[in-house]
Amino acid sequence: MPIANRPLSPHLQVYNPQLTSVLSISHRATGVALSAGTLYLVWQLLAAASGADAYEIFQRFAGSWLGLLVLFGWSVSLFYHLLNGIRHLCWDAGFGFTLDATYKSGRLVLIGTAVLTVVAWVAGIAAWGGK
Amino acid sequence: MAEKMRSPLGTAYGLGSAREGAKEWWSMRLSSLALIPLTLWFVVSVIGNVGADFETFVAWVGSPIPAILLVIMIAVTFHHAAHGLQVVIEDYIHTEWQKLTLLIAVKFGCVLLAVAGMFAVARIAFGS
Repeated sequence: MPIANRPLSPHLQVYNPQLTSVLSISHRATGVALSAGTLYLVWQLLAAASGADAYEIFQRFAGSWLGLLVLFGWSVSLFYHLLNGIRHLCWDAGFGFTLDATYKSGRLVLIGTAVLTVVAWVAGIAAWGGK
Repeated sequence: MAEKMRSPLGTAYGLGSAREGAKEWWSMRLSSLALIPLTLWFVVSVIGNVGADFETFVAWVGSPIPAILLVIMIAVTFHHAAHGLQVVIEDYIHTEWQKLTLLIAVKFGCVLLAVAGMFAVARIAFGS
């Protein structure tokens, strides 16, 4: 049966990006990124379980610029997905549905992500320097 | 719990998810809730392990509380990831065979990675 030439609802590209829609798609993007990031964790655990030689290969990567970049991307994604996930859970519980509250919580998520990322990296670098 | 989320009227009308939607929705919320303290603990642990050598890291993974929490975190993380990726695939991939292939690959991949991670923790904890 041929598909009737019915009008379609307007697709994404006709809308201007807004804070709410950008945060929404970012939640998905960081979720996908974090899924890929689990490979990194499983690699570390398997390397540690295999012995000192395998772990050294992992450590060499983890300490490289690329490794640190991956870790930085992972930390930003994790904090964002964590905070925005809490925002989603609040919505699921029935809170914060007004337009005003949605924008406020969105900005809070962005500020919180920045703060948590900076705090974690300052703590991490301090721990590194202390050793 | 998931069953209670469907109102009797909704059931009578046959509204809402036609299949397992309510159950999947609830399991996603439950795993999110569990991952809040688990990931916070994990981040603090990662910072605590910065610069640790092989022996120190292995000793940490193998001690009771980290080993238990790591196994739980791995299980919940991959359950959550499999569900999340499934939703993304279902939303954006519309060619049936591609969708099905990806869905199966994601599910198998998540199980493989989860079991590999748990095996690694168990091997370290119990000594190879």
